[in-house]
Amino acid sequence: MSASTATASRLFMLLEQTRAEFLRYLRSPILSVFTLALPVVLYLFVGLSYAGHTIAGVPGPAYALAGFAAYAVSNVMLSTFGIGLTVDRARRMDVLMRATPLRPWVFLTGRAIVAVFFGLMALATLGAFAVLTGGVNLSLTAWAVLAGWLLLGSLPFLALGLAIGYLVNPNAGGVAVNLIALPLYFASGVFRPVDQLPQLIQHVSPYLPSFRYAQLAWSAVGATNVAPLGTNLGILALWTVGLAFLAARAYRREQSRRLA
Amino acid sequence: MTRLMSGPAFPDAPPVVQLSEIHKRYGQVEALAGVDLTIRSGEVVTVLGPNGAGKTTSIGLMLGLTRPTSGTVRLFGEDPASVRARSRTGAMLQDSGLPEQLTVTELIRLLRSYYPTPLLTERVVQVAGLQDCGGKRFGELSGGQRQRVYFALAICGDPELLFLDEPTVALDVEGRRLFLDFIGEWARSGRTIVLTTHHLEEAAQLATRIVVFDRGAVIADEPPAAIRARVPGKRIRIRLGATLPPDALHELHVSGVQHEANRLELLTADPAGVLRALYARRVAITDVEVAGADLEQAFIQITRRT
Repeated sequence: MSASTATASRLFMLLEQTRAEFLRYLRSPILSVFTLALPVVLYLFVGLSYAGHTIAGVPGPAYALAGFAAYAVSNVMLSTFGIGLTVDRARRMDVLMRATPLRPWVFLTGRAIVAVFFGLMALATLGAFAVLTGGVNLSLTAWAVLAGWLLLGSLPFLALGLAIGYLVNPNAGGVAVNLIALPLYFASGVFRPVDQLPQLIQHVSPYLPSFRYAQLAWSAVGATNVAPLGTNLGILALWTVGLAFLAARAYRREQSRRLA
Repeated sequence: MTRLMSGPAFPDAPPVVQLSEIHKRYGQVEALAGVDLTIRSGEVVTVLGPNGAGKTTSIGLMLGLTRPTSGTVRLFGEDPASVRARSRTGAMLQDSGLPEQLTVTELIRLLRSYYPTPLLTERVVQVAGLQDCGGKRFGELSGGQRQRVYFALAICGDPELLFLDEPTVALDVEGRRLFLDFIGEWARSGRTIVLTTHHLEEAAQLATRIVVFDRGAVIADEPPAAIRARVPGKRIRIRLGATLPPDALHELHVSGVQHEANRLELLTADPAGVLRALYARRVAITDVEVAGADLEQAFIQITRRT
């Protein structure tokens, strides 16, 4: 118990925390099965119906893959934090952890690493399915650009997941995540083209983070109908700042209520 | 605050826990009303008291999980919420949960990584009696096994200070005995332990010092033997057939009296003598029951009267 070892190594703590979070995710069907399988099922019914069509200069199945991949990766971010944190609160796991020397940033970073990993897994699963069933044929560069944009652009969804995790009723995490994610992607032209949506929603959709996120994905597969990169990234950055602010407030509110 | 007597068993040991002039208010309710308490290295302190007396609030304050409305809390002379203080502290809390998907050894491995000088996993498993369920997921464990896992996680960092909030509350008699053995063994290693319980017997068995809370204040702070000596052994419950004569209880050797309508409850060390006196005074007794007193309740009844 000398001064040099008064607290544990942060790197080791992060390593073990990430390992534990990984095992939890893997063994929670609501997370692992749901976030990996649901995008594939949706792609099977909707994405494959575009076979034989060309959309914005891209073969239909590849265009659909990009949009569904946006849904899949952001759904992992939303679920890891939105469902993960509400479950922790419902089972009062946070109470014991808060009495330990675990630092909050280690906990959140460990979970974020797991979210990134499973986000890539969701992309890989969906991608493999699209290649096998839809004949999608993308260059290695296109795959890499798609993965890169999807990870970078997922930040606002990570922040939204945090906000949901600290704000909603502890038993309602899964409901909240799906109630937010599915309408967001319907309104963004992922499940159906935007011009087939009601007028009101067509007015709103350009401002949604999901719309801009999907645009990033479509740009990666070479679609010609997307807004300039700067516009897409700028709007996503604004959403990130706003949602991170909301998440920070939600976290502080939760803490002060617990500390009362 | 009324401190009846303070008997520090370790007057020269360094203070580990220091509560000074603590007030804690939840809205209109004053959960703690001026608590001063110093716990020194090596002490095994049991905190006793009825529900709502302020036990769990005090533990929460000592762990930095809640902040006092006024007053100061120090653990090892530091902020109790600091990583340095928490690195020297282990806790077993009421109503806390763990990830059900992780196995017992995975949980121990995780919690060990939070502490600078943790115990070996095998040692933790052995001390907590978890040899048979190391590979089981937390969600598959029985209540008693879960309680042992919480204990294992509390000690896995080899803490100098251990908090156990109602550690035996969900256990049956056998589980409780086994668990007290685990705690007792840990206590013999010279660590500081703060334990809350409803059972005075349990408290007396383990503690070097008993602190009794009632209505947000410390009403007694003594070695177990001193507390026991003040508590009578028997409780007499009487059903009255007629109104109690005004001087019926005059100069009886009873320490606690509760009288409501036709029910009379007396605490005494000499039940036979008391009953003899009551019959001699022609008290109309229709039913009588003599039983070992619930010591904690008896103790609080007595101290409230004085």
